[in-house]
Amino acid sequence: MSMTSEGGHGAVPTGPEVPVEPKASTARRDWPLYEVFVRGKRGLNHVHVGSLHAPDDEMAVHAARDLYTRRNEGVSIWVVRAADITASSPDEKDPMFAPSGDKVYRHPTFYEIPDDVPHM
Amino acid sequence: MAHEETVYDALDHAHGGEGQWAFGTGFDEPLAGVDTTVPDGIDPADLGAYCLMLGDDALVLCQRLTQWVTAAPELEEEVALANCGLDLLGQARLLLARAGSVGVLGRSRALATDSIPDEDALAYFRDADEFRNSLLVEAPNGDFGQTVVRLLVASTWRLALSARLRESRDPVLAAIAAKGVPELTYHRDHAARWVLRLGDGTPESHRRTQAGVDAVWPLLADLFTATDVETRLTASGVAVDPADVRDEVRDVLTMVLERATLTVPGWPAEQPSRGRAGQHGPELTALLADLQGLAREHPAATW
Repeated sequence: MSMTSEGGHGAVPTGPEVPVEPKASTARRDWPLYEVFVRGKRGLNHVHVGSLHAPDDEMAVHAARDLYTRRNEGVSIWVVRAADITASSPDEKDPMFAPSGDKVYRHPTFYEIPDDVPHM
Repeated sequence: MAHEETVYDALDHAHGGEGQWAFGTGFDEPLAGVDTTVPDGIDPADLGAYCLMLGDDALVLCQRLTQWVTAAPELEEEVALANCGLDLLGQARLLLARAGSVGVLGRSRALATDSIPDEDALAYFRDADEFRNSLLVEAPNGDFGQTVVRLLVASTWRLALSARLRESRDPVLAAIAAKGVPELTYHRDHAARWVLRLGDGTPESHRRTQAGVDAVWPLLADLFTATDVETRLTASGVAVDPADVRDEVRDVLTMVLERATLTVPGWPAEQPSRGRAGQHGPELTALLADLQGLAREHPAATW
């Protein structure tokens, strides 16, 4: 079984043993899926906003601009082919994330934060 | 960074957190602070007529682009073409409003209900013979290849005009042009990218795009001969002589087409603009029937 992030919802198991939805027969299936990240005006980081299909990287940036920044949301766009994303697997959810669920001491809640320290 | 969960949150926070970002926030008003008095020595009738030419170009091309909505080859491209159309509609609204504000309304004001603003009266209550758009923008879309070729030609031409009109002596026209320049730069870039990909794509995409070039090229004849209005307004520093942008338009189009491995047709014999004189083809009448039908059937309708 292999993993792909196709669909934009995290890793999806694919393989002969996994039933898949029938593929649309239109030509757009030839266009790769891209994930889109936009940095807002006040934002410090790029945030995932959605996905789209595009024939190549440059047109993906254009499509992202037209689909995800129409309402003055962004000042910077990243696109990346979904196939190039390596994602964690839902099967590994427990070993991956459960161990950090009871380590409250990892949060800086036991420190006095001075009033003049921003962004904490 | 907890406040930065999504880009939409950032937008909301940036404008007082009204929670209404979906209705638009942080937008600039293109005519804010602009003096709307007609400058000394300029005939308002000429200024209005010129605004109609530029406004009708934008309005009609917008309508052509929006005809792709629900019919574009890809959803992403459908939104892209509609966005270009909406940019042009914004320019058209400002230009037609300017024409109306200086009293150029033709028969439209008599036909439209009083509550309808001037720009809507001009858009919805003029017949084809009162439109002053060039023939380039009213021609049918053809296939997608022809559509992007026409968009390339139209945006190259309008960008060249708008870049110069930023220096217009009419401050309203200058402000509208300044708003349009980045929009048209994007339209030109977008269209050029498609022409490059289709022209230098498959044999079928090359053939279709070349056919689009061959269909659009003769329309260039309608663009570069100044009307009397444009000649007078150019002399007074308001307008741009369309002949002044010919070389830039030709150079840009030649460069894109050659890079796209397309054949550049011979430059058509230029002639006085038929579109600017109100001599349009039946395609415009059909386009206006779509554009104007609802407004004429249900004047001042709201929804």
